[in-house]
Amino acid sequence: MGISPIVPLLIIVLPFVSFIICAVFGHKLRERAALVALSLVGLSSLLCLLTFGIVALSAQPQKGTIIQGIWMCIQIGNGKSSFTIPLGYIVDPLTSVMLFVVGFIGWWIMLYSVGYMRGDARYHRYFAYMSLFMASMLGLVLANNFVMLYICWELVGLCSYLLIGFWYEREPAMRACKKAFIVTRLGDTGFALGIFLIATITGSVLFYSIGNLKGVFTSIHDGSVKQNGLFALASALLFLGAIGKSAQFPLHVWLPDAMEGPTPVSALIHAATMVAAGVYMVARCYVLFDEHIVGKLMLLGNSIAISPGELVAHIGCFTAFMAATIALTQNDIKRILAYSTISQLGYMMMGLGLGAYSAGTFHLMTHAFFKALLFLCAGSVIHAMHTNEIFEMGGLKRAMPVTFATYLVGMGALAGIPPLSGFWSKDEILAHAFMHNKFLWAMGEVTAFLTALYMTRQLCVVFLGEQRRRDIHPHESPPVMLLPLFVLSFGAALSGLVGTPWMNLYGKFVTYGEAHVEGHPSSGFVMLISLCASITGVLFGYRLYGARRISNHFEDPLRLILGATYSFLEAKWHLDWYEGTRIRHAFFAIVNGCRGFDLGFVDGFINLVGWVVAYVFAYLHRLFDLYVVDGLVNGVALLTGFVGNVLRLIQTGLVRHYILFVLLGFAVLIAFSMWRVILLAHP
Amino acid sequence: MNDGIGILTAITFLPALGTMLIILTPRKHTPLIRAIAHCISAFVLILSLFMFADLDRSSPHMQFVERFLWIPVINIRYYFGVDGLSAPLVVLTALLSFLSIVYSPTAIRHREKEYYALFLLLETGMIGVFTALDFIFFYIFWEVSLVPMYFLIGIWGGPKREYAAIKFFLYTLFGSVFMLLAILTLYYFSGPPSYDPTQQRTFDMLELIRQQPLRGHIIAQLLCFLGFYLAFAIKVPVFPFHTWLPDAHVEAPTAGSVLLAGILLKMGTYGMVRVLLPLFPEACSIFWKPMAVLAIINIIYGALVAMGQDDLKKLVAYSSIAHMGFVMLGVAAAARASFEVPSTYLETLVRAKIMALNGATLEMIAHGLITGSLFLLVGVIYERVHHRDLNSFGGLWNQMPVYSSVLAFMALASLGLPGLAGFWAEFLALMGAFGVYGRFAWLAVFGIVIVAAFFLWMLQRMLMGSLPKGYETLKDMDMRESISLFPLVFIVFLLGIYPQIVLDPINVVMTHIVKSITLYSGID
Repeated sequence: MGISPIVPLLIIVLPFVSFIICAVFGHKLRERAALVALSLVGLSSLLCLLTFGIVALSAQPQKGTIIQGIWMCIQIGNGKSSFTIPLGYIVDPLTSVMLFVVGFIGWWIMLYSVGYMRGDARYHRYFAYMSLFMASMLGLVLANNFVMLYICWELVGLCSYLLIGFWYEREPAMRACKKAFIVTRLGDTGFALGIFLIATITGSVLFYSIGNLKGVFTSIHDGSVKQNGLFALASALLFLGAIGKSAQFPLHVWLPDAMEGPTPVSALIHAATMVAAGVYMVARCYVLFDEHIVGKLMLLGNSIAISPGELVAHIGCFTAFMAATIALTQNDIKRILAYSTISQLGYMMMGLGLGAYSAGTFHLMTHAFFKALLFLCAGSVIHAMHTNEIFEMGGLKRAMPVTFATYLVGMGALAGIPPLSGFWSKDEILAHAFMHNKFLWAMGEVTAFLTALYMTRQLCVVFLGEQRRRDIHPHESPPVMLLPLFVLSFGAALSGLVGTPWMNLYGKFVTYGEAHVEGHPSSGFVMLISLCASITGVLFGYRLYGARRISNHFEDPLRLILGATYSFLEAKWHLDWYEGTRIRHAFFAIVNGCRGFDLGFVDGFINLVGWVVAYVFAYLHRLFDLYVVDGLVNGVALLTGFVGNVLRLIQTGLVRHYILFVLLGFAVLIAFSMWRVILLAHP
Repeated sequence: MNDGIGILTAITFLPALGTMLIILTPRKHTPLIRAIAHCISAFVLILSLFMFADLDRSSPHMQFVERFLWIPVINIRYYFGVDGLSAPLVVLTALLSFLSIVYSPTAIRHREKEYYALFLLLETGMIGVFTALDFIFFYIFWEVSLVPMYFLIGIWGGPKREYAAIKFFLYTLFGSVFMLLAILTLYYFSGPPSYDPTQQRTFDMLELIRQQPLRGHIIAQLLCFLGFYLAFAIKVPVFPFHTWLPDAHVEAPTAGSVLLAGILLKMGTYGMVRVLLPLFPEACSIFWKPMAVLAIINIIYGALVAMGQDDLKKLVAYSSIAHMGFVMLGVAAAARASFEVPSTYLETLVRAKIMALNGATLEMIAHGLITGSLFLLVGVIYERVHHRDLNSFGGLWNQMPVYSSVLAFMALASLGLPGLAGFWAEFLALMGAFGVYGRFAWLAVFGIVIVAAFFLWMLQRMLMGSLPKGYETLKDMDMRESISLFPLVFIVFLLGIYPQIVLDPINVVMTHIVKSITLYSGID
């Protein structure tokens, strides 16, 4: 079954049109901007679901349906030395799942925003940015080449920047948006270099061949491009981009700060979709992370050999663990979720790095549902309480029953309680880890425990106990916000069921051809351990926070248990301080050095030259005046006087003297003419 | 080939005619003077658009050629023509001149007669540099563009205008003296042109490129290369010859800055692509490394110094230096000799060189549009608050939403945001440069992070936060300012999503240039 090329184009263009309308006519539309955005983005989302449906129904197991097309080509050079940048779309199982996730969740979050952003002075601008984000994110997943991927990659970064800084009157917001853009762009330099390297080696930026345009992955796969260790380098560089975008260690520092944006933005961009773009990109370029194809990466003068996949897995695992430990100690409801997002993205990276293509992307999908849900619940809470501090909340179970119920679903999914979605996807990743690398698996299980612990902590402190702030009367959110919560909680609860070990529909649909673990004898064991880790975490958390009364001056019981470690975790492993202060100071020292150098040395030199030249000229000019110009004038006078004095000698007044002069002159003339005659005769 | 007078003469000399008209108009008729300036520049713009629309986009050869003998004794020819390299630059010049003139009445209130007369003369000079194909004419236009700019800075400039004007004038003049020497050397080495054997020598650029008179004369070639390079490098400006630029920009009136950044800097890079690369392939293959190093210094150093500026106009000026570094990077990449690489890599190298040079040329256009608009935007805010100190701004986004949106748009375009004009230029230049000299290029890529950093910091300091006291009465952009800025917004966006409008004609010529120099400096 085919898809007309117009459908993917419309998927991107419709939200973009909405962006243009909301941006240009926004001040006239005001509240109606939401209507425009919801209808146009809604159409686009419907097309996404349609595309997903077509691909899902026509999929042939283990073969993969790839539908491709090109809209526009940019041609550089001609003939043999030409280079083509084809801008087009690709729809394969991975893309279709992403389209489903982005289109579906995105639209519901926009609906939620209608309630959440009501009354904001820049309401229309919010929907303009959200539409632009949808257009770029959908473009990102549809891209069939590296250049378009990069373009959309940067554009979602721009939307993230604009939306984090949406309330730009606030100092933290304007700092956070700048930080997010610059830190991710730091990673993007690697991404760009990776693309350049691939384009230079293969002479193409297209993913898979279309017609006579050869694709990068196609030619790597069939071996028509010789690999000489550079592909491993290219994939490491690409991964640098993913590190920035998906907030992996050490570039994760921007994501917690990004929580300054409106909460629906955090749900859509900083939890469900954009931050998963790095994971998506690794999955998309999976050939480049396949050790059997690209070989190992040589680091530090060939002393360390590591395959790109191992690199991804280790960084992912470390990030997962580190972020989970930090999440334990945070008190801001959104920051806890932000660290949790970082941690879960780490899981996905770990899965992909270990060869679990299907499991990694599966976790991406389930995570999108439950994390978006959790953020929307948090938004609902913040909407009611006007604070982010969890220790100022408490007892919201009674005031906000719907929010509590949906939150419970999301929390259960994240903590890994079966049969909610997070359990299945996380378990599949851990089962792969168990097969390939026991150490990473153990770390994964510890992280699973920590995840359950910090989520229970949040749940207990926010919803259980009694209300600690008496001055605020929380109320349930309006239906326009509750409806998305309902829908997403269904997704969070049930979406995992398509990928259970007994009936792994997802694994058959989105696959790189890797071995699945369902039949493996160890999978039951791993599942049991994971289950234990989650349940222990929940019980432990409940014992610490749920079973005791939390007062206004509550000392976090974890602080008593962990001691100094707690402070270390609370300070986010001191990474923010280090990256924020030290590097910033060093950078500004360089900047001021350069500025001083430019002003003092480079420009100073030019001014010195100018001054010296002017001075020397002035000096020479004076000398010239004194001795040449003046000298000439005086000299003429002197000479005239001298000549006059000399000539006076011959003015004797005697006739005979004059006659003598005449004769002498005559003689000289004769002598001269005779000399000329002689000269002519004998030249 | 049409050898008579044609559209290029009209485009080039109409502004000079306008200068004459304005001089003949009595001083008291200010509206008439303005009207003449507006009409003439608009007409030139329309003509140049017709010319661009009529351009054969698949031909690498000169078009709309006008050529006849001017001074037979030394074979100076009245010789004009455009190709895919110069035609977009001519349109850019006409466009920016027109928009600057539209903007000018808001800022210029005294001695308007002289102002518009000089402005139109400047336009002739700039267009002439891009259309002239005879070295003497090229040189004359090069110098002609210098004088009006000197007066524009010196008369209508800021407090330190005289210092800045003299610095600008002397510095550029210093460079062009060496160019003149190099031109004369080329002339004495040249032979009779193929189309006119009765002449002994020629100043014809294309004929000189065809003849390669300095081929084999390595010393002469190096000296001529350096002569041209110095003139062009000062104009671009390349580090360490750049310090005239911030002074000139800061002191120049807004419209002067627009043309200075938008067009005058491009004369240097245009010269490099038009003259240096095709005429001195051997010297290029010797000097490509220093050129590349200087280009990277331009990018990184320009961005770092821009980061340290508190004066908005200086910040934009230094950002220009960084951006011109990308152009230089592309040129340096194209300059690398093919014989340095193994023959199996040759095809990849040629491809990368073409790409880099395409990016460089596209960056000239993109930078002209974007930085031109940024200077206009600086002018708009300066006319309202009469200072440019970044630390005393804030919260403008609420007070002046249209202005702020356009400023944010252009700043984002300037930091190379995809979907806008600057992206394709930088991306192609970097990708090509990476293919030619991978080890250096990563530094340049790092430069774009710093460019992003200072532009975002600028946006933060100007648009975000809270409005300072006394700014509550600021008005948003008026009609005149909007008319001068919105066309640029539109074009920057259009070139971002459909760069082929200018990339196609550029590509044809760049491919031709790279292939011909590969031939000259090749293995043969």
